[in-house]
Amino acid sequence: MILYLLRRALYAIPIALAVGFVCFMLVQIAPGDPINAIVPPDAPGDVVEQVRRDYGLDKPLPVQFGLWLFKVVQGDLGRSLATGRSVWSDLSTAIGNTLMLAVCASLVGFVMGCTLGGLAGTFRGSWIDRAATGLAVAGVSVPHYWLGMVMVVIFSVQLNWLPAMGAGPGGSSDWAWDWEHFQFLVLPTITLSVIPTGIVTRTVRGIVAEIMNQEFVVALRGKGLTTFQVFLHVVKNAAPNALAVIGLQLGYLMGGSILVETVFSWPGTGLLLNSAIFQRDLPVLQGTILVLAMFFVALNLIVDLIQAALDPRIKRA
Amino acid sequence: MSTAAEAELALQAKTALAKGQGYWAGVFKRVRRDPVTIACALVLLVMFLAILFAPLLAPHDPYQGSMIRRLRGLQTAGYPLGTDELGRDMVTRLLYGGRLSWFMGIVPVVLAFVIGTTLGVTAGYMGGKVNMLIMRTTDVFYAFPSVLLAVAISGALGAGIVNAILALTLVFIPQIIRVAETVTQGVRNLDFVDAARSSGASGFTIVRVHVLGNVLGPIFVYATNLISVCMILASGLSFLGLGTKPPEPEWGLMLNTLRTAIYVQPWVAVLPGACIFVTSICFNLLSDGLRQAMDVKG
Repeated sequence: MILYLLRRALYAIPIALAVGFVCFMLVQIAPGDPINAIVPPDAPGDVVEQVRRDYGLDKPLPVQFGLWLFKVVQGDLGRSLATGRSVWSDLSTAIGNTLMLAVCASLVGFVMGCTLGGLAGTFRGSWIDRAATGLAVAGVSVPHYWLGMVMVVIFSVQLNWLPAMGAGPGGSSDWAWDWEHFQFLVLPTITLSVIPTGIVTRTVRGIVAEIMNQEFVVALRGKGLTTFQVFLHVVKNAAPNALAVIGLQLGYLMGGSILVETVFSWPGTGLLLNSAIFQRDLPVLQGTILVLAMFFVALNLIVDLIQAALDPRIKRA
Repeated sequence: MSTAAEAELALQAKTALAKGQGYWAGVFKRVRRDPVTIACALVLLVMFLAILFAPLLAPHDPYQGSMIRRLRGLQTAGYPLGTDELGRDMVTRLLYGGRLSWFMGIVPVVLAFVIGTTLGVTAGYMGGKVNMLIMRTTDVFYAFPSVLLAVAISGALGAGIVNAILALTLVFIPQIIRVAETVTQGVRNLDFVDAARSSGASGFTIVRVHVLGNVLGPIFVYATNLISVCMILASGLSFLGLGTKPPEPEWGLMLNTLRTAIYVQPWVAVLPGACIFVTSICFNLLSDGLRQAMDVKG
């Protein structure tokens, strides 16, 4: 068991390095001289040369990667071209906002998905099953940025119940746990939760259906347990896989919320990425992608470890 | 899939064999009995024909706008679906927009299917170091959420259709490699492959004759499922300003430019997204139907 955990944790190191390399290459594949990603285009020639030497951009690519990596590990992600501030200072507030949105959406998705999937798996072939499966397919096929717009049209424009944009009254982005602020979270959360809802529903339905076919369920029924008591046993068996799926979904949502954040002007990493793309601010683009991808790598590792801890059968695989 | 349905499938396969029908005849027969799959295929066919013959069907010019009739509502005389923020007819824009949306939804998957199957089958059949090299590289790309990877690559390369297609292809190749590798490994050790090997067939011949025929089906089904994802992602890139550039009509881009109009003509503004949704859900259900009819596991 401990050997498995160690092996899995060690395996994350080369992956993290390779992910770092891909992020490093992002600036290299960008059209034009990578120096343009560091200095503004109107900088005088001698300054450009100075910066080129300072950043080691006159050295071969592997050395450059080493230098870049050395800085990144120390938390230096470079400076934004547009604002001149360090990338990390903008990123740290944005990540908090994105994390909040992603966690809320994952929770909603997990609860909805488990309920729908559990019901569908238990009552297979019934109208509940068909409705849940239909909802799941719709959830994974809906362009969520469009769903966000539809939500805004219905709940903000037509009914005027909830705010359409931002993360706080008067455009402020200081968060507080009251209804004034919370209402800004409602529409983005629901919009973002449709994908995990769909995926968790599908997975849980499959798992529950498979478990319901196993002999121990028949044995429990034969013993005289009520449907609810049997259901509890099924939940215990389905939990590890369902948790793994939702854990990964949290990572996908962190990376995938860019479109939803754009629709709702939610001040997270997505909005940061969007403006970085718009202004071709490559250091911000690179830094944000790197941090989100590293978060995903870490999450993958944690999910695997938790799953192994919950389900002793895993470590044999 | 329930056991009853599985039993029926097995029975059908048996009767098909008894009647001397081929595998595809059986698949076709099962698809024909599946009303959802048929309906989706029909909707997609109608859409495909509509965007194919867009120049004949479109009542107006897709680029020619008018400042006087901007943002008309639904059911305006002469403009049944209204006009956009530059006064261009929505019916025309949606018809023409479908061309690029479909193109960008399908081409990356086709490219990824070809490249990913080649690499995945190679990795699965060769095993050893080749497998190690290909699959560990795949793992790296798996470490990125797919939306993020697509945004990262096309964000670095800059806006444009070619860059967006390149980015999406790169996103889907690893996914297809994984499926291809898994199914190939399943087939590699079956008796008929051993038989072919012991009768002296070369590796290339075995893959071409014995392996491909058995793995292409499952990979193809998986790829059809990706079209739905790809269409959402491609339109999403355009929505972010990374795919198509204005004034080219594309559903995602139209959704983006109409976003400011949701307070004026909300229902006109959300039309392009509805088109993406319908296309995506139809491809998704079609893929599910094919999976069941072809009896592909997983």
